[in-house]
Amino acid sequence: MSTYDKSMALTGQPPAALSTGQKMATLLGMGGLAILLLASFNLNFQNKGLWLTISLSAISLGILWFAWDAYTNKQPGIKNDGVWFKSISNRGLWGWVAGIALTCFYIILYFYPEYLGLVSDGENKGVISLFDPLSIALSGNPASQWFVYGTLYTVAILAFGIKFLWKYRHNRYEKIRTVSVMFFQTAFAFLIPEFMARLNGDKLNLPYYDLKNMWPLNYYNFEGYRVKAFINSGNIGLAMLLFGIISVFVISPILTYKYGKRWYCSWVCGCGGLAETIGDPFRQLSSKKQSAWKIERWLVHTVVVFVTIMTTAVIYSYLGNDTSKYWLTKKTFLIGVAVVLTIVFSLVMIFKRKQLQKDAQYGAIGFFAVIIGLIGLHFLSGDGNIFLIKSGTLRKSYSFLIGSIFSGVVGTGFYPILGNRVWCRFGCPMAAILGFQQKLFSRFRITTNGGQCISCGNCSTYCEMGIDVRAYAQKGENIVRSSCVGCGICSAVCPRGVLKLENGPLEGRIDSNQVLLGNDVDLMELMNKK
Amino acid sequence: MEHIVIIGNGIAGVTAARHIRKLSNKKITIVSAESNYFFSRTALMYVYMGHMKFEHTQPYENWFWKKNRIDLLNAYVSKVNHKNKKLLLSDGTQINFDKLIIATGSKPNKFGWKGQDLEGVQGLYSKQDLELLETNAPNKKVCKRAVIVGGGLIGIELAEMLRSRDIPVTFLVREDSFWNGVLPSGESQLINEHIQEHHINLRLGVNLGEILADENGRAKAITIKETGEEIACNLVGLTAGVTPNIDFLKDSGIELGRGVKVNRLLETNIKNIYAIGDCAEQHEAIGHRRPIEAVWYTGRMMGETLAQTICGNPTEYKPGHWFNSAKFLDIEYQTYGWVFSERAKKEYEKHFHWRHTKEKVCITVAFNRETGRFLGINTFGIRMRHELFDRWLTEERNVDFVMEHLADANFDPEFYKAFEKEIISKYNGDFGKSIDIKKKSLKRIFSLS
Repeated sequence: MSTYDKSMALTGQPPAALSTGQKMATLLGMGGLAILLLASFNLNFQNKGLWLTISLSAISLGILWFAWDAYTNKQPGIKNDGVWFKSISNRGLWGWVAGIALTCFYIILYFYPEYLGLVSDGENKGVISLFDPLSIALSGNPASQWFVYGTLYTVAILAFGIKFLWKYRHNRYEKIRTVSVMFFQTAFAFLIPEFMARLNGDKLNLPYYDLKNMWPLNYYNFEGYRVKAFINSGNIGLAMLLFGIISVFVISPILTYKYGKRWYCSWVCGCGGLAETIGDPFRQLSSKKQSAWKIERWLVHTVVVFVTIMTTAVIYSYLGNDTSKYWLTKKTFLIGVAVVLTIVFSLVMIFKRKQLQKDAQYGAIGFFAVIIGLIGLHFLSGDGNIFLIKSGTLRKSYSFLIGSIFSGVVGTGFYPILGNRVWCRFGCPMAAILGFQQKLFSRFRITTNGGQCISCGNCSTYCEMGIDVRAYAQKGENIVRSSCVGCGICSAVCPRGVLKLENGPLEGRIDSNQVLLGNDVDLMELMNKK
Repeated sequence: MEHIVIIGNGIAGVTAARHIRKLSNKKITIVSAESNYFFSRTALMYVYMGHMKFEHTQPYENWFWKKNRIDLLNAYVSKVNHKNKKLLLSDGTQINFDKLIIATGSKPNKFGWKGQDLEGVQGLYSKQDLELLETNAPNKKVCKRAVIVGGGLIGIELAEMLRSRDIPVTFLVREDSFWNGVLPSGESQLINEHIQEHHINLRLGVNLGEILADENGRAKAITIKETGEEIACNLVGLTAGVTPNIDFLKDSGIELGRGVKVNRLLETNIKNIYAIGDCAEQHEAIGHRRPIEAVWYTGRMMGETLAQTICGNPTEYKPGHWFNSAKFLDIEYQTYGWVFSERAKKEYEKHFHWRHTKEKVCITVAFNRETGRFLGINTFGIRMRHELFDRWLTEERNVDFVMEHLADANFDPEFYKAFEKEIISKYNGDFGKSIDIKKKSLKRIFSLS
């Protein structure tokens, strides 16, 4: 037998090894990052505009060069060779280095922006000041840590988006979807809010608003200061406020009914955009264990309850008691919330109960009881503090725990460890609400193609949401899961053409309708009897 | 409690076990010497290529077996004693059974080539073969060239695997075009071209002469039978088909042919002993099928069927319409119904073939030249809907009907380019017809009224 050392071979040889071109490309990209790093150590660059351009160009070109080198000499097709051999994508050394670096970045960004050079009253320093010229050009204002973050975020989605386009150049669904997230990030999340800030003046005082960002993802949208700003900004402001409400209650349900939650999660959303582009090399790291699924269901729905209570409390806190001033008072609002929740809950329990898992039923009943109980308690206690806790405390702890720690530090920082959709899967209340609808009232499903599944496991491995796709496909069942974001990768990596994302009739969508696995019909009927 | 023992934890044996559990409370034991847990054999290639880790090829989590009271035994069965209903294991212990299911699968063919048992010569079937490949061909430094012998599905998969590590590959194919005993010539030609696009040295119409050894008894080269040409290599992959893995059953009293002989109930000549999957051989072939079907799906179907029989509902193995699929490097292949190669074509069988002018996409439709009845379809680079073709085959549709409704059958991801118009226009030209393609209808696809 050969005495050959396996571990050495896997790091030093194709497909795990980097080509010379890729090494140089990495160096170029790292050079661009180094400029930002030097700036944050307060190295004073004379011509800020120039150095910012050099830095961002180096980062983008490095990414593009790397991707070009990786895919240019390959036939169009699936490009997963060596994914589990590379230490960056198999939770190896580089994976941990990247994870820790990202996590540190997020901690500084959220909690210690002064280390990035943020000066609240005075001129910016450090890396934030490097971004001043760009920020002033766009909005007329100096940069903030959020502007720096937004710019880097957009650059990442654009550059890694192009990498993804090359990687999946044989797949038009992936290409169109990726162009869509690149567009929504650049236009809606990055440019339009900056231009809106430019419009602000005496008459107009619009808050920062990424129009595609909906409650409860932007949990802060209906807070007092924002609503006031909207209302004080005339018709435009009012239109925006209305749009915010309509998108939650009208636009989103219609689109989710027609196309599933993918219309948002993997076509429009910024978190999804980042996950699908720079996060793509980490999609295989999501856990497919049944235990992870259980944690997911409890965690993500707890966040929904949390955000509902928190938002209700916050809105409640700034509403008045006097009906003569404004029709919406504390009391009417609370009753309204209770009525809406009761209607939704009753409809589901009456018509769709069978489609929920046992523990989901218990969970729904439990959560519902808690919310209604709290509202009831409030009326009984007759005290100013809703739900016994100060709304401000609720809001602060939500913003700290969910808004910063979960969605930022863990959600993105842990990409190389837990996969690229940690936040979307375990934490995002928006995903949970859309998913709830996708499971119960939507035409979307992943159709399994008869009996063609060979249980290979590519679909499950590459599902970023940790869905065990194969478990359904090998039984000939369609996949109708609330967490599915419709990225389409399971269908792409399937070597036998078994999976197709499609919108079809509700009839027979979930039930494995006379599953066709290849045996004669009599036997299939026998087997379908449960 | 009746004890069902299953030898082999592949798709056939595991499917049988799962369905027996669904239907009954019998004691179930699966014996395998290959792996502790069921894995998908077809996915082994992706482990070598780094798409997956071995654990990802296991369709059920490890707790599944205990929860479903399916006992797993890692052991090698060396003898079957049907008189005492005992299995003798290689470690000398014995286990009793009330009913025995033989599901031991296949092993790679070896045709008596000189040097076929040297080190560095191997097939690709089992988990152990994969581990051996990691030693024989871990990278292009250790394995400077590989020669693959046998142009079938496993051969091309092995070539793809080795190319993923940049190892130069010479691919010896006996036929004058890849897999043309099965595929019609146009399709076979398309794959020939695609193999070369992947920088695989494809040698058509040649046979292996012998495998030469170096001083340590390792393969160092092969010769080509026809020309005597010598090709230096460090790995010889033998992928010239598989044969049932039943050596341990010799002299057991169980009737053997090339495989374990079974009737339509999947019973062997011995009561309470059954065989399913790759290792089972039908006394008489079913329809156009072969008596031994070494295919994933048929293993699964036999497992489902036998579970019924064992649980008191005697059921014949009645596979529905033939279907299969594969992937040749980047090109997906699906087939529904029967499309034969020129060599095997029935005299009533007529073909319509269309190939895209630039892309590697083609289809072949077989139909009866007299009646026009649709017989089957092969597609390359287009996915098709299994359920629909199954329905059309059952309804004995005419080929014109199938062509007219081709858009319904398309299963490609959304937004993919559709080729139905070009296909129909060639069909109309070839046969002087004027069929209009019907727009895709969800109503028809999902049989809604």
